[in-house]
Amino acid sequence: MKAYLTRRYLFSASHRLHSPEFSDSENRAVYGKCNNPHGHGHNYTLEVTVAGQVDAKTGMICDLVQLDTFVHQEVLERFGHEHLNALPPFADAVPTTENLSVELFRILSRFPQATLEKIRLEETMLNSFEYAGGAELKI
Amino acid sequence: MVYLTRKAEFSASHFYHNPEFTPEENRRLFGKCNNPNGHGHNYTLEVTVKGEVDPRSGFVVDLKQLKQVLEREVLSLLDHRFLNKEVPEFATAIPTTENLAISIWQKLQPKLEVARLHRVRLYETPDLFVDFYGEP
Ligand SMILES: [Zn+2]
Repeated sequence: MKAYLTRRYLFSASHRLHSPEFSDSENRAVYGKCNNPHGHGHNYTLEVTVAGQVDAKTGMICDLVQLDTFVHQEVLERFGHEHLNALPPFADAVPTTENLSVELFRILSRFPQATLEKIRLEETMLNSFEYAGGAELKI
Repeated sequence: MVYLTRKAEFSASHFYHNPEFTPEENRRLFGKCNNPNGHGHNYTLEVTVKGEVDPRSGFVVDLKQLKQVLEREVLSLLDHRFLNKEVPEFATAIPTTENLAISIWQKLQPKLEVARLHRVRLYETPDLFVDFYGEP
């Protein structure tokens, strides 16, 4: 039977929202405080949802130790305590949480043991983003 | 169609072990959950049902009935139980969050009369939950 498992992880990173497409005053108008040249940080909460058949022998969709290890190596160690603007994926893209969600989905979809269904990224307690690789959410 | 979610909490203990695996495999795969003395969780269960709003009552489902079914078919069987030893399906199946969510669906689904079951979401901890939609 097909089930969906969601695991939550935390990481902190800083960013500055600034687009070369806009003038300085447009950048301030569009991004507000997030345009501050010194950047600022967030404690992101990442929810990773994988889908798959529940294995009869283990009772699990996938090996949780392998999932944790993968997320630690590919996401938490690469993005945690970094300035997102300085990382390769954001050389040309503004590190909004939208763009970060798309990037994290792309990375996590390479997890070999289960299918990535979606990710959810909380930027603050008041803002969260979900991305399912372009698919509609299941509610 | 309106979706309604009812939350409930229960506490239960379990351990994960498959006799077909070596002790090393069991420990590697199941980690701390392999300890045969078991350990407990405070589970949070979210049951989502869906249906059309009844024009007379304005309800999708009579919440009183839903609560009773949930109590009788699920909570009374799982709350404060050692899942491996007291819940028949877990004499053989491993009481993982996945299997527990499926088992809750199977207990509830045939007993719901008015609304249809849409989703069972089971939190084992705030950092780990499983969704089951009755998909094969
Ligand atoms: Zn456990």
